Amino acid sequence: MDSARPDPDTLLKRIKDEETRQARGKLKVFFGATAGVGKTYAMLEAAHEQRRDGIDVVIGWVETHGRAETEALVDGLPRLSPREVAYGGGTLKDFDLDAALTRHPQLILMDELAHTNAPGSRHPKRWQDVLELLQVGINVYTTVNVQHIEGLNDTVAQITGVRVGETVPDSVLEQADDVELIDLPPDDLLQRLKDGKVYMPEQARHAVKHFFRKGNLIALREMALRRTAERVDQQMEVYRRDHAVTAAWPAAETIMVCVNLKSRGPMLVRAAKRMATGLHAKWIAVYVQTSKHLRLPDAERTAGIETLRVAERMGAETVTLTGDDVSRQLLVYARSRNVTKIIVGKPLRSRWKEWIFGSVVDDLVRGSGDMDIYVITGEGGPGRPMIRPLFQRTSARRYYGYASAVVLACSALSWLMAPYFGQANLIMVYLFGVALVATRWGRGPSALASLLSVAAFDFFFIPPRFSFAVTDIQYLLTFAVMLVVALLISRLATHKSRQAEAARDREQRTAALYAMSRDLATQRGMDKLASVASRHIHDVFDCQVAVFLPDGNGRVHVHRCDALHFDLDPKEAGISQWVFDHREPAGHGTNTLPGSNSLYLPLIGSQGPVGVLGVQSSKPDVLVGPEQLHLLETFANQMALALERAKLAQETQEAHFQTETERMRNAVLSSISHDLRTPLATIIGATSGLLKETGSSDPAGQRELIRSVRDEAGRLDRLLRNLLDITRLEAGAMQLHKDWHALDEVVGSALARIELRLGSHRVTASLPPSLPLVRVDGVLIEQVLINLLENAAKYAPAQTPIEVSANVKDGAIVVEVADRGPGIPAGEEGKIFDKFYRLHPQREGGVGLGLTICRGIVEAHGGRIWADVRPGGGSIFRFTLVLEKEQPAILPERAEATPVV
Amino acid sequence: MSHESSVLLIEDEPEIRRFLRNTLPHQGYRFYEAVSGGEGLAQAQARNPDVVLVDLGLPDMDGLEVIRKLREWTQMPIIVLSARGQEQVKVAALDGGADDYMTKPFGVEELLARLRTALRHAAKSQVESGDGDGFASGDLKIDLLRRHVFVGEKEVHLTPIEYKLLTTLVKHAGLVMTHRQLLKEVWGPLHVEESQYLRVYMRQLRHKLERDPARPKYLLTELGVGYRLSV
Repeated sequence: MDSARPDPDTLLKRIKDEETRQARGKLKVFFGATAGVGKTYAMLEAAHEQRRDGIDVVIGWVETHGRAETEALVDGLPRLSPREVAYGGGTLKDFDLDAALTRHPQLILMDELAHTNAPGSRHPKRWQDVLELLQVGINVYTTVNVQHIEGLNDTVAQITGVRVGETVPDSVLEQADDVELIDLPPDDLLQRLKDGKVYMPEQARHAVKHFFRKGNLIALREMALRRTAERVDQQMEVYRRDHAVTAAWPAAETIMVCVNLKSRGPMLVRAAKRMATGLHAKWIAVYVQTSKHLRLPDAERTAGIETLRVAERMGAETVTLTGDDVSRQLLVYARSRNVTKIIVGKPLRSRWKEWIFGSVVDDLVRGSGDMDIYVITGEGGPGRPMIRPLFQRTSARRYYGYASAVVLACSALSWLMAPYFGQANLIMVYLFGVALVATRWGRGPSALASLLSVAAFDFFFIPPRFSFAVTDIQYLLTFAVMLVVALLISRLATHKSRQAEAARDREQRTAALYAMSRDLATQRGMDKLASVASRHIHDVFDCQVAVFLPDGNGRVHVHRCDALHFDLDPKEAGISQWVFDHREPAGHGTNTLPGSNSLYLPLIGSQGPVGVLGVQSSKPDVLVGPEQLHLLETFANQMALALERAKLAQETQEAHFQTETERMRNAVLSSISHDLRTPLATIIGATSGLLKETGSSDPAGQRELIRSVRDEAGRLDRLLRNLLDITRLEAGAMQLHKDWHALDEVVGSALARIELRLGSHRVTASLPPSLPLVRVDGVLIEQVLINLLENAAKYAPAQTPIEVSANVKDGAIVVEVADRGPGIPAGEEGKIFDKFYRLHPQREGGVGLGLTICRGIVEAHGGRIWADVRPGGGSIFRFTLVLEKEQPAILPERAEATPVV
Repeated sequence: MSHESSVLLIEDEPEIRRFLRNTLPHQGYRFYEAVSGGEGLAQAQARNPDVVLVDLGLPDMDGLEVIRKLREWTQMPIIVLSARGQEQVKVAALDGGADDYMTKPFGVEELLARLRTALRHAAKSQVESGDGDGFASGDLKIDLLRRHVFVGEKEVHLTPIEYKLLTTLVKHAGLVMTHRQLLKEVWGPLHVEESQYLRVYMRQLRHKLERDPARPKYLLTELGVGYRLSV
């Protein structure tokens, strides 16, 4: 089959894998059957070899157990000083992860992969430290024994009778680039043990002796060998796949393991893992949450979550489904994922219970079709980890009171009915009461109501009355049936109401989520989004919320939400950054800093992390319950998407703004270079001409040159003034020196100052003498008038009139400057006030700042400026000035209007 | 002028100094220059010039300080040179004893006119001939002895305050008077902040004296600084 080349996707994936592996550090595991086979020694030897090759090797942590040969090897290598942790009065020494990350050697030695870190460390387990080291590109050598491998834990326990608490997920071993088996035949090991070459603590000597029996050692050795062989096998497979070696390759298997809340969960998961590894199959751990589970004590629910976590660590995909029909949920999901094998635990219920209530396993087997169902036995142990009290405190005590009251009421009603109705009808009354209690107050009270009903019925209505004694034996059957029916009713009714409750819960969550999405959709900007989302999360989860957003350098900082008080532990200052960098949750209920009372979730958008969400609750365990956590993650996802959207929008806007600024800058440069250079060219040209022609016979020509120098210099002066004004306006440095002014005076001053530049235009000013005083900065308002008048003079044809007027309108003074020029083209009325905007750029004139300055000054005075088309041709510029409510006080002069003669 | 008047320029900008150095001697002035406040004060003592031109932005000393030190011993006219947009500084300089100001850039005609005005005032106050007997500029005639004001041939009736305002300006005709100075002289020292009085009475005066009050010929406004009666 020469066509069996690897398909491109697989090839790409392989290359990608290779790339990640290259960026990551390499992991080499020295793997042994038990302690004492010489793993640490082998690791140190290998390290020395690397060091001889010039590799930067550092010992992160090594246990020599005081053995001389090992100590000798340690001495030649640089060693990271341990971190000292205060614990219970004394100090514990442990590996210092941060120091290792800072030191960043090429190769680090980490003995005892399964070690549990000192409390308060970043990660609870050493293997997690190792993963972090690998992630930053540090190569790691480590050692581990077969009994510490999670997937083999059960088997080892079965063989040796000793269960090891410290385990390493199988996935860690699978990630290893190299596994070196350190093998020692059992007899040699026992000899070494006898020679005292194997370290063992004094107090554990007996247990250890029990462990180191020859039979155990053989079994452990076999497991280690097999594990290594399997690995070699896998490598072979990978090789064959990569090189398109055609082989009998089983169709892709998918295994689904159904986890319930029993303690057997981990067993099931391990079994699934073994099967998945054997079949090279993908596997999924599924947990179906029913309305019943919502009522379980927290501890029991946590066991279920813990099982899912174990599965996740072993490399499974984990899924939580909700619904009361467990088998149906499982089958539907299994089909959607093309599951080929389903693993379930063997039911522990008694047969009659199964008979009445049905069994998940039976339903699964019946509905599985072509899927294989594996039913696995749990280890002996208790069927249930927790003995549930007969009457759970799920119903409050007073509900039992209500139940009794209902029965009492039924008895009273029956008493009234008794003379007219048969006993069968009276039973109906009681059953009705039971049903009522069940729907209202749950299972416990309804069970009580059932019992009380039977008792009351017997007491009041069965002869002999007012006694529990029964004369007719057939009534016993009546009681039995009545009791069973009552209990059944109560069960069904509570079940229904619980379902309704679950539905209501779901609906509430959906509603909450919808409410947040809706609010997020209406908000713009990262800050607002973060605030809105934190408020919603705060409301729904009843927790304190902090949002951390990255700055330009990828450092996250807490976003200020003034209303919510998130108690940021300074010890956890780096945790949000860690979460952001690693895109993994941390804090309470996770593997990283589990001792924290806050939970940090990464906010991951479609293109990478956009921030970190921190939540803090007085009841953190509730927060990490499966439903809550799931919902919280959904909220976080929504939030992340919204934030990402905002971020993209912001970036687009910034890009747009940048091109706009660029355009503006070009306009400024061209304006300045043109408008400043033109007058300078004239001045330089004219003056150099004058210098050359000193004593020339043409005094009129000289005067002409001199005049043009003066005019051009004046133009330069005005240009610079405009540029200065706009700069001051934009820098906010324009101070208003307000004083009372008469507008006619300001107009007069402006006219006087630009007299020369008005040319042949006739300017008329019509300002009523009654015009009130205005409180303005006279110099600046004069500048506005000058700019407007100059514009009018520039654009309107010679000889045409320019009119200045002012009047009071709607509590403000409106000043008008009207001309008979070409007017402003429609649609440009707004733009002409923009900076550097010119109607006719090619025509000589200013830089396009005059009107911008006008607008700046008028707006600084709280007024408005705009341009209109003038009826009959031309344009009118209008601006308003705020009219103070009160005119300044002026005491009248003593009336006597004639000068004294 | 009978004798050649002397002008002292205190200015650190070499180009401005060169400009005046090449202009004033041709117009019949003796010209001295100083590049700093300290040197300027020394020169003023040594040369006793008829007019001092002071730039407000000196490297070693505040221009206002130079004016204050000069006013400690002399009444010689001081004209301030400053940039536009510094109205507050100008007012401070005028209130601090300067007689007039000029905004850079300025032309020769304007400079010469200011120098003439300043010298004339100095001469008048030296002679101390009271208010003189009258003032005339264009159509405007004021008979100070009989207290008559004419525009063209027509007599204009003024209120006492209007008249006082006008005569105060006449006393300093051609020179700028700050709001503060006018308010103090006409309304008294308690009213120096109440510029609204000035606005109202100036408007009344203009309506009585000017042909086009919006484009005055005699009563000129120096926005942000004060008023000047043109000569």
